[in-house]
Amino acid sequence: MQSYVQIENASMVFNTKKGRFTALTGIDLHVDQGEFIALIGHSGCGKSTLLNLVAGLLDATEGVLLLANKEIKGPGPERGVVFQNHSLLPWLTAFDNVHLAVEKVFGASESKTQLKARTRAALELVGLTHAANKLPGEISGGMKQRVGIARALAMEPKVLLMDEPFGALDALTRAHLQDELMKIVAATKSTVIMVTHDVDEAVLLSDRIVMMTNGPAATIGEILTVDLPRPRDRLQLAHDPQYHHLRSQVLEFLYSRQMRPKEAA
Amino acid sequence: MSAANPTSENLDDILAGPDIVKAPAAAPKRRTPYFETESGKRLAEGTVTLFRNAIPPLLGIVLFVTLWALVANSGKSIPGPAETWSAAVELFSDPFYDNGPNDQGIGWNILNSLYRVGLGFGAAATVGIPLGFMIGRFDFLNRMLSPIISILRPVSPLAWLPIGLLVLQKAEPASIWVIFISSIWPMVLNTAAGVQRIPQDYMNVARVLNLSEFKVFTRILFPAVLPYVLTGVRLSIGVAWLVIVAAEMLTGGVGIGFWVWDEWNNLNVAHIIIAIFVVGIVGLLLEQGLMLLAKRFSYD
Repeated sequence: MQSYVQIENASMVFNTKKGRFTALTGIDLHVDQGEFIALIGHSGCGKSTLLNLVAGLLDATEGVLLLANKEIKGPGPERGVVFQNHSLLPWLTAFDNVHLAVEKVFGASESKTQLKARTRAALELVGLTHAANKLPGEISGGMKQRVGIARALAMEPKVLLMDEPFGALDALTRAHLQDELMKIVAATKSTVIMVTHDVDEAVLLSDRIVMMTNGPAATIGEILTVDLPRPRDRLQLAHDPQYHHLRSQVLEFLYSRQMRPKEAA
Repeated sequence: MSAANPTSENLDDILAGPDIVKAPAAAPKRRTPYFETESGKRLAEGTVTLFRNAIPPLLGIVLFVTLWALVANSGKSIPGPAETWSAAVELFSDPFYDNGPNDQGIGWNILNSLYRVGLGFGAAATVGIPLGFMIGRFDFLNRMLSPIISILRPVSPLAWLPIGLLVLQKAEPASIWVIFISSIWPMVLNTAAGVQRIPQDYMNVARVLNLSEFKVFTRILFPAVLPYVLTGVRLSIGVAWLVIVAAEMLTGGVGIGFWVWDEWNNLNVAHIIIAIFVVGIVGLLLEQGLMLLAKRFSYD
């Protein structure tokens, strides 16, 4: 069976001032269409690097990355990226930030009215219709991140790449956005690859959890299939033995087998 | 005032029983003093802030004028504040008279100087800001030009005057040239620094969206760099105005700098002091105007 996102034996070597630094090595990963993948690992294990390889912001030193059987070369709007720190342009309103992306992807084929309708629909999807004309400086961190998600979704990407999208938010806002993201992904049937350092988030959201070994020269240590039925409800899961079993498996991987070496801590 | 807040006055009433509790509300109304009403409080607060903000600068000015008067009194050479003030009133009562090229009103002198600064500074902005963008965007250009800029930047503005006179043959364009060459550097350097300091995140957004060079410039580069450009412009206009007085002293013609020199030859010291104030105040206004402009364009 052909996978949607295919990563074959990818490795990433950075040329730093101190010499060559191998961040990733021997990464093999196949993602199916509509699948939600979480990348988890200790900080510095190269999970963001792997995401940037798929995004095309970095070029793999070795190996091949394919999206729908096409080689990934450079960044492109068919891979929507939600950045860790929202990366909204502060001089554009929420509407204009989303519209910039919409205009780029659909500007050639659609009328201005259609483009505006798309922008409004994307903002409505994340529940921000009321804040469309606000500047990023005037809205809360959670709202900014939602605009970032709207911008990525509005491009109708083949795959949605999220780099710790909720990492900078407080626990309550994070839970709220996780729930919203689950609904949006269910509605749009998006393929998602998400970097996270939050075990609960990984188990709650994903179909498979890709656990990475410690860097340097990090690779995929283990892949855990999360076979919890959807739609998932965080309150019910709290009493679900299967949920706790999965959660403890991730924790066991992270803290017993991949405990950060002392000298690196 | 509420009956629920027991004070020494109404405590006994409250304790006496529930039917008397309402008594304070029914008591004859005392007229609220003006300063306890909303508008009164606001007025009082406003007055206090006004004084708090106005007293230090006023005190500074008073101190300065007193010192000036003391210095003026101790010797005969420097005119005091009162004498200067009356000379200024006389001078500014007819700022736009014209008795030939060597005797024109203060207004004409200021406008002529501003005109030269405008031309020199305008030319510097037209060259300097695009140059700054290119230096910031292309590392090769940066490394090519930075040694030259480092050598030329600290040169005293007036050292450029002979070159200007030699090449341009006339005093007027030579003084504009001096303004140009001395005010271009802050704009080049600040614009370049602004371009280099654009957060990588914004450029990543541009890359993910595959924006065209034109869109990258209009939607990301230009708005991100604008505050830096305006800082450069502000510094530049300060330098330009600083330099014009010295340049005009040497080249002559109508202008505030030459006027100072002229009054020195006439030994009219009061007018020189007035000129110092005029130069200072015009410089302040230029700077404040640009500050307003910068605020208008800042997005933080």
